[in-house]
Amino acid sequence: MAETGKGMEKTLVQSLRESGVSRRGFLKFCTATASMMALPPNMAPAIAQALEKARRPSVIWLSFQECTGCTESLTRSHSPTVENLIFEHISLDYHHTLQAAAGEGAEAAREAAMAENEGQYIVVVDGSIPLGNPGYSTIAGISNLQMLEETVAGAAAVVAVGTCAAFGGLPHAKPNPTGAVSVSEIVKDKPVVNVSGCPPIPTVITGVLAHFLTFGSLPELDALGRPMAFFGKSIHDRCYRRPFYDKGLYAETFDDEGARKGWCLYRLGCKGPMAYNACATAKWNRGTSWPVESGHGCLGCSEPDFWDAGGFYNALSIPDSDITRQAVYVAGAGIALGAVAGAVNRSKQARAREEHEPVTIDDLDKRS
Amino acid sequence: MSTPVDFLLWVRGPGFDIALAVFIIGILIRLLEMLMLGRKPDYAEPRGAELGAGLRTLLTRTLPEQGTFKRSPFTVVGGYIWHIGFFISLLFFVPHIELIDAVIGLSWPGIAGNLIDAVAAVTLVTLIAMLFSRLTHPVKRLLSGPEDYLSWLVTFLPILTGYLAYHRMIEPYPLVLGLHILSVEILMVVFPFTKLMHAFTFIMARWYNGAMAGRRGVQS
Amino acid sequence: MSEATLERGLNAFREQMNAPIASFFSSCVNCGMCAEACLFYTETGDPKYTPINKLEPFRRIWEQEYTLWGRVKSWLGLSRPVDDELLQAWEPLIYDGCTLCGRCSMVCPVGNDISYMIRCAREGFVAAGYAPDGMKNASRRAVTIGSPMGVKYPALAAQIKHVEADTGLSIPMDVEGVDYMALLSSMEIMNFPEYLGALARIFKQAGITWTLCSEAFEATNSGIQIGSSDIAKELVNRVVVAAERLKVKYVISPECGHAYTAIRWEGPNLIGRPYHFKVVHILELLEELRSSGRLKTEGFEEARLTFHDPCQIVRKGGVLEQPRNLLNMVAGDVVEMSDHREMNWCCGGGGGVSAIERAEALRLKVFTRKKSQLEELNVDTLVTACANCRLIIEEGLEEYRMEIPVVGLTEMIAEHLVGDEKNE
Repeated sequence: MAETGKGMEKTLVQSLRESGVSRRGFLKFCTATASMMALPPNMAPAIAQALEKARRPSVIWLSFQECTGCTESLTRSHSPTVENLIFEHISLDYHHTLQAAAGEGAEAAREAAMAENEGQYIVVVDGSIPLGNPGYSTIAGISNLQMLEETVAGAAAVVAVGTCAAFGGLPHAKPNPTGAVSVSEIVKDKPVVNVSGCPPIPTVITGVLAHFLTFGSLPELDALGRPMAFFGKSIHDRCYRRPFYDKGLYAETFDDEGARKGWCLYRLGCKGPMAYNACATAKWNRGTSWPVESGHGCLGCSEPDFWDAGGFYNALSIPDSDITRQAVYVAGAGIALGAVAGAVNRSKQARAREEHEPVTIDDLDKRS
Repeated sequence: MSTPVDFLLWVRGPGFDIALAVFIIGILIRLLEMLMLGRKPDYAEPRGAELGAGLRTLLTRTLPEQGTFKRSPFTVVGGYIWHIGFFISLLFFVPHIELIDAVIGLSWPGIAGNLIDAVAAVTLVTLIAMLFSRLTHPVKRLLSGPEDYLSWLVTFLPILTGYLAYHRMIEPYPLVLGLHILSVEILMVVFPFTKLMHAFTFIMARWYNGAMAGRRGVQS
Repeated sequence: MSEATLERGLNAFREQMNAPIASFFSSCVNCGMCAEACLFYTETGDPKYTPINKLEPFRRIWEQEYTLWGRVKSWLGLSRPVDDELLQAWEPLIYDGCTLCGRCSMVCPVGNDISYMIRCAREGFVAAGYAPDGMKNASRRAVTIGSPMGVKYPALAAQIKHVEADTGLSIPMDVEGVDYMALLSSMEIMNFPEYLGALARIFKQAGITWTLCSEAFEATNSGIQIGSSDIAKELVNRVVVAAERLKVKYVISPECGHAYTAIRWEGPNLIGRPYHFKVVHILELLEELRSSGRLKTEGFEEARLTFHDPCQIVRKGGVLEQPRNLLNMVAGDVVEMSDHREMNWCCGGGGGVSAIERAEALRLKVFTRKKSQLEELNVDTLVTACANCRLIIEEGLEEYRMEIPVVGLTEMIAEHLVGDEKNE
């Protein structure tokens, strides 16, 4: 891992070859990346060319209030794939979960990488940053906020990996006891890419890195700072169960006929319509499946506040609060207020009747 | 952080709570301030019973009187189309059924989204035509004031935003879904204070009309 | 001396408010369909005659004083008040432009009984001094002289003499303990005395004991038309006192529309208690005699006939089938108008409109509705059961040069009585 010097000499293709990936396999990866990022197919050779020449960039990985699920997702080891080789190719100079060094040694590695690659290195962050009390989360006695600000100062770009780093995620969920915030709420003067998801799709990370290596820039982003190529369309739009939604065919329980027939999971709480991610096309576990295909609705984990967006098994259209109980209280108040309004009206009516002066034929005219 | 999702969560959370409270309290105030005014006893010997005649009128007024239909077919047919379209969209779109189920625990089969979509499109067009008629027909123009146009708008917007949301015409989706829910909340808040109340009070009005006529032996 | 004031008018509006009216105002969606039911709109094309529009002053009182939101709005200065100017502007709409025919109440999709609301709203107009002079004068004559047309008892006595001479029957007067007390409308006394003769002949054949009352022979009630319950009560009370003094079992309402509404439906509520007698319309009584076999007729009218339904007797009175049964008894060729029974069109002179001199041109204008109804049928004779309808229709037919005689149904029946001396 943290072996800077020597690794920097090797190109990506070289290290891929050493790991037994053929040129054909590599080109296949480039084509897949191009298509995944919605680039024209003729961009694949350009990607290949750029990657062949690319030098290992230095990456500093900061983990704050997180569960390590993102790291798990990104580093899960199946038989070697181009994706995880890309990870091997980058110079991951600091990652306190993965690196061997600990304590001051580890921090020294981070500082060294920052100094050596001033203005060049990429900072990857997973986890949210607590603003409530710096003591909630520290590394080597340094608060998350301080470490982030320090590390980002000399970075080329920041990639917020996972929903916690991108939007505050689970720690930010109500009542947000630590005052957790996302990376982009702190980093205002550097480009920040949000790769949301709980966890995010590994391909998306490699896609973003490949883009950076190929073009030296960050990909086009959506309004929430996420790469358009992956987050530009909703789960719902890409879902193979979508035709059932349009026809009004829904599973109503997880074991009914509709569920067995693979009908739409909207009524079972699927948040696909409001979730933007590439799960339906990229899939998980080496393209094996994804949540909706496995029979469970989308949780909308790539969206801000997904933890607070109502029960996972409540349809998207259902409000969050306990409306039935609220309706009962409110109806009680309504009856009480209505009775008051009614009483006011009745007394007005009664007063008018009391004040009635009989109309006689002598007062049919106005005299003025 | 203010994102479309925050907006959606607000309209689905506090926004909905506020709207529901105003809606329910407003309606109950309106109904009670009306009902508690009461009626004076009628000492005239009745020729017929009030109850049956009142209930019959409650139903029969759903169909137009023939001559009136011939004289104002547009108002009658347009009125039918958009009311029926509105209620089909409201009551048979599955996401709406889920909401109703969550609030009152009643549920029924829905209709396919693409059918609802067609119904909503017809409803939108009809409502626009109704507005045009209101602006041009001398009687309707004379009768109409700001309240009538406000009522039209708050009825129109939920269908429009619902249509936009179904077709995901505004991105991201949480924004357009939020706008749809917000438009419904505006409808709920405006409802008790405008002629939209007729959705409840027509029952009383028709019953009183039928009962008062039925007492005299006439089916009104 | 007291006088009409805006404040008294506003108070009257407030007094009239009740649950039905509040629900009607709340339900109106301004769809404008009531206009299509109103002959003042259909015949003039002027949208101001839309029935619900005639209620704008009353509606404002409801909204501003009987709804929470309306109170907030007027507190914020967002509502327009009901003032003299408004009432003055609306007076020709609510009086000249409405015969209280009740057709609008039959078509409103939300069920608003608009004509009932107009009847109530007139209470406010009259208390504020905004009633047409013609109706004010009719009320003054009704209260002081006893009849809106100024008919006094001697005039009736003179007509009775003619009728008695004509029929050879005596007309009972102030007889106690008989079953029936008959009422007449001034128009019948002055314009259609045949009605009184017809009564005498029919009752003789049926063996009915009856009387007129010298102190209460007038059935019409100007108070109902001008919209003053106080005046209406005074007029109704004369009949009630007389009927209860003579201890009759029944009071017969004559061939007059609003008289029936006044004595049958509003009367008990005006005096605040049920009567000690029953009120029947003459057509109800005749139908009862017919069905029990006590009314026997012979021969049929040869003319092609149609029946004009008087609004207050049919649509608002519930006497729907009786006139048809009776007419079929004496006529072979009876055709119905395109809109009939409870959907009939008004003659244009009901609800006191016939008493408003300034409304004559408008009344003749809206008569075109009845005119076209009659033109569709090509009838020889028009039969009706309301002296006011009869007079208004005669005037209308004359204006439009249509030669159709108008006959009262009771008289027509009398013309066919079996064994009647006059018929032999």
